[in-house]
Amino acid sequence: MSARRRPGPAAIRAKGWFAAHRWLLARRAAQLGFLALFLGGPLLGVWIVKGTLATSLTLGVLPLSDPFIVLQSLVARHVPETAALLGAAIVLAAYALLRGRLFCAWVCPVNVVTDGAAALRRRLGWRDGVRLDRRLRLVVLAGALLASAVGGSIAWELVNPVTMTHRALVFGSSLTWGLAWSVVAAVFLFDLAVAPRGWCGALCPVGAFYGLIGRWGRVRVGAPRRAACDHCQDCFAVCPEPHVITPSLKNPDSDLILSRDCTACGRCVDVCPQSVFVLGVGRQGPAAGAAPLRQGDLP
Amino acid sequence: MASDKPAVDRRRFLADAARGACGAGFLALLLGWAAAPSRTLAATALRPPGALPESEFLSACVRCGLCVRDCPYDTLRLADLGAAATAGTPYFDARKVPCEMCEDIPCVVACPTGALDKRLKDIDKARMGSAVLVGHETCLNVLGLRCDVCYRVCPLIDKAIRLETRHNERTGRHAHLIPVVNTDACTGCGKCEHACVLEEAAIKVLPAALAKGRIGAHYGLGWEEKARHGDKPFVEGIIDLPDRGYTPPELPRAPGREFRP
Ligand code: SF4
Ligand code: SF4
Ligand code: SF4
Repeated sequence: MSARRRPGPAAIRAKGWFAAHRWLLARRAAQLGFLALFLGGPLLGVWIVKGTLATSLTLGVLPLSDPFIVLQSLVARHVPETAALLGAAIVLAAYALLRGRLFCAWVCPVNVVTDGAAALRRRLGWRDGVRLDRRLRLVVLAGALLASAVGGSIAWELVNPVTMTHRALVFGSSLTWGLAWSVVAAVFLFDLAVAPRGWCGALCPVGAFYGLIGRWGRVRVGAPRRAACDHCQDCFAVCPEPHVITPSLKNPDSDLILSRDCTACGRCVDVCPQSVFVLGVGRQGPAAGAAPLRQGDLP
Repeated sequence: MASDKPAVDRRRFLADAARGACGAGFLALLLGWAAAPSRTLAATALRPPGALPESEFLSACVRCGLCVRDCPYDTLRLADLGAAATAGTPYFDARKVPCEMCEDIPCVVACPTGALDKRLKDIDKARMGSAVLVGHETCLNVLGLRCDVCYRVCPLIDKAIRLETRHNERTGRHAHLIPVVNTDACTGCGKCEHACVLEEAAIKVLPAALAKGRIGAHYGLGWEEKARHGDKPFVEGIIDLPDRGYTPPELPRAPGREFRP
């Protein structure tokens, strides 16, 4: 069996290095930028955003809260104060309007870890691994809510690598990082050697929750030039949720990626040598000129 | 055959749903086990002022660290994995940095969730724990020396902590000034534990229930009962017989030897 070719080189040849990494660079810049907003205070004394991804206060006035954490608190029978509730509502509204899993690709610090594991797998040519059912993350989500309700505590925060990593980066000195490193390492090794794209793709309930709230968001990837597709499969090789791509290439009604699982990471856009894909907002961008938008035809 | 398809689909859907529910239950149990040890806070970790009781606190605190950020004395920290408190929750170690008992209680003001209760307006009413003199063999004052440091640093000196005079049997002519904590007034700020001059503090702030002990409901203290009943006897109609017993004979005393038996 011949190994699948590595995605990337063909796009670089066709479009140049920069165009073949545009969205990747933008995403890394965004991830670093969000981190810098949190770190400006403790490191430089410039307090723009205070707190962590769980709840933060921007410029002393704007609260933002992780709605999944607030939901667990609610089912654990604590009614948070207005600041946290308002913060959760704002985040909920923003992701519902944009796209839920934008969080995964553009904000979450664990994304860098799982992207790294996937890149290393491609480089090593490792193709095997446990293929976990992607619906498992909904089961984990339900389990976390159940544990919160029965145990009366915010259950997922006991193990959540997302907030643990972020907290360690924002609140820990290199000395106190301690065991938080081990959480990052565990996720990396899991994705590298056990289940490819396993953590974000099948287990993480934070991503699953954002997926549920933001499937109708306006930020989308589409394939307006799908006629040019030469079936090189590079997009499938880089996409963290490859099952979302096929419909945009084949569906006669819409060339948009409609699945709630798409993180709008734009790697398919970067890596396609034929420039088939576009990442954009609403009808400008992907939907322009394409068949009318139809929602709800894909799970 | 075609008519079987919806039935098969439905059966499949039900089976998937049932498996999903079992999976969620399995995970909830796993998380429950992980949560079990975190339900009680280690005795060395103190919560910020106004913190809800531990079990409620864990359903309320989202581990945002806003209280930590707004504490001007860097008293509070967010627990690392494996620390004395549940990972990510705020706590302080009084021996390292005690709570300075800010009048405006900025940590409570900062909390967005109510895990730190905004009804706490007067820091003297905070109950982060209670100090207790644990080192009865090491405390310098108990040994008969004069240290008094814990007493002097207490923000509620003579209310939360006082010095009780006891006769020093060893020298016969001096007094022990024993630090005694009044758990009703102690806020648990930990300044005493922080200041204790010993290598390992002889006075420590512990969770109030641990520090205080409990007599038990069935136990009455005679003198308190008596005060409550005024002059009346405990049991109506009881005859109070005069106390009778051994009366020591008057012995002649050598002058000047009263203090050295
Ligand atoms: S009362 Fe002041 S010193 Fe004590 S924990 Fe709160 S902010 Fe820190
Ligand atoms: S501010 Fe409140 S919710 Fe945030 S870490 Fe402190 S106690 Fe927890
Ligand atoms: S902890 Fe110590 S210093 Fe603080 S109020 Fe209690 S006795 Fe005083």
